[in-house]
Amino acid sequence: MNDLPAYLVTGLGTGCGYALIGSGLVAVYRVTRVVNFAQGAFAVVGAMCASSFLTALPHGLAEPAAVVVAAIVGLLVGIVALATNPQSALIVTLGLSVFAYAVEVLVWGDQPRSFAGLPGAVTIGDARVQTHYLLIIAVTLPVFAALALFFTRTDTGKALTACASNPYAARVIGIDVRRMGLLAFMIGGALGGLAGVLVTPVQQITFDTDVALIVNGFAAAILGGLTRPAVTLVGGLLLGVTQALVAGYGNAAHQTDIALGLMIAVMIWRAARRPAVETV
Amino acid sequence: MIEVRDLVVRYGPATALDKVSLTVGAGEMVALVGPNGAGKSTMVNTLSGILKPAAGTVAVRGRLAHVPEGRQVFGDLTVEDNLRLGGRRYRERDTGPVHAILPRLAELRHRRAGTLSGGEQQMVAVGRALMSRPDVLAVDELSLGLAPIIVADLVRHLRELNATRGLAVLLIEQNARLALELCSRAYVLEAGRIVAEGPSEELARDDRVSVAYLGGSHE
Repeated sequence: MNDLPAYLVTGLGTGCGYALIGSGLVAVYRVTRVVNFAQGAFAVVGAMCASSFLTALPHGLAEPAAVVVAAIVGLLVGIVALATNPQSALIVTLGLSVFAYAVEVLVWGDQPRSFAGLPGAVTIGDARVQTHYLLIIAVTLPVFAALALFFTRTDTGKALTACASNPYAARVIGIDVRRMGLLAFMIGGALGGLAGVLVTPVQQITFDTDVALIVNGFAAAILGGLTRPAVTLVGGLLLGVTQALVAGYGNAAHQTDIALGLMIAVMIWRAARRPAVETV
Repeated sequence: MIEVRDLVVRYGPATALDKVSLTVGAGEMVALVGPNGAGKSTMVNTLSGILKPAAGTVAVRGRLAHVPEGRQVFGDLTVEDNLRLGGRRYRERDTGPVHAILPRLAELRHRRAGTLSGGEQQMVAVGRALMSRPDVLAVDELSLGLAPIIVADLVRHLRELNATRGLAVLLIEQNARLALELCSRAYVLEAGRIVAEGPSEELARDDRVSVAYLGGSHE
């Protein structure tokens, strides 16, 4: 039986989720230099909100509303994190992600949650694949295209890039760097929320799923040095496909090991490329 | 255009500027010279609102644009994007007037600023500041690290802008000879205090200034 095409599609779908989480990390890091450990929590908040909203709202409204809530949560995390310096902010976001556990358990309980996605399945090769995986891919790719257009074609996107490129010069020309940082956190929240909303129909979410999500998202983002969204997409897709192949042909229990292994390998590779002594 | 009175700026317990007063009138070219660490960049960063005064007053009439020390361009963005961002605060988007003043920037418009030479990057920084159609331009270390021929070209542009458009200039320079040649009036800043001020010609003849900054010797 030829399952390879099906593994590729499920891997790409899962990888899109990682890429969205990773690009949220990138959006925040390149503007603020903060590694946002609460990024995985945005996905959980998005997923949990969508599951609640779907009891009152139809599909198509509930999911965007959940993404908006995640963006607002991103903004709130940004307000707290940017009140301090980037090094302390890393610990602050870690603390906030733990605090989020308490809130999530209080609001949604500690049981796994899921909701119906795009119904049906398609036959790819000799295997059946949930149609929802195709929806994940179909949503993620235009989102990355829109992100690229936003950063390269709009004044606000260029101002964000300017803050990432040279925060001092950005302040010199009157760009409010803190405000741009908050906007970056909002974008990070929205991307995390979107990841949560998209993957929950194919993968149950609990309050502590954020750990697995951020490990995989970070592994995707580190490939581009936490600064390049397009490379993060490639990293996410590679990671998702690799994990799907390992789960299909080997042992699914090693999926997180792959993300960690990839992350460590990339960091060693990047460190090796950097000169041991930097000349001034 | 600029009126600074008894300005005090502190970095924690350290006082960077101590009761500094200076003025720049409309259409005037004024120099602020002094050694490294005198507080010159602190002054211009306070004028542009990046630093907050601990005491004293800073009044700027009209639009002030700041050319920062060290060619601080946005290396990941094109020259055109760098220019447009310079006009963002006042919604000035037309780069045509800046291209007319600095035609080289029109040729480089699609190049990433990070790939340009030092002189070209300084030109981008000046052009970006001009995008806001300023009434006064504060230029921090125009000549630092640049070849004399490039500095001369940039100086020519500043003179033209001053003469044809009445642009007031506050030139912050370690190169006192250049600053005193270019500007009609100057202040000498040392250790956060103004230690001498007056017409550039008089300062150039001042024995202390000449020895400290112009390579002269005591007679």
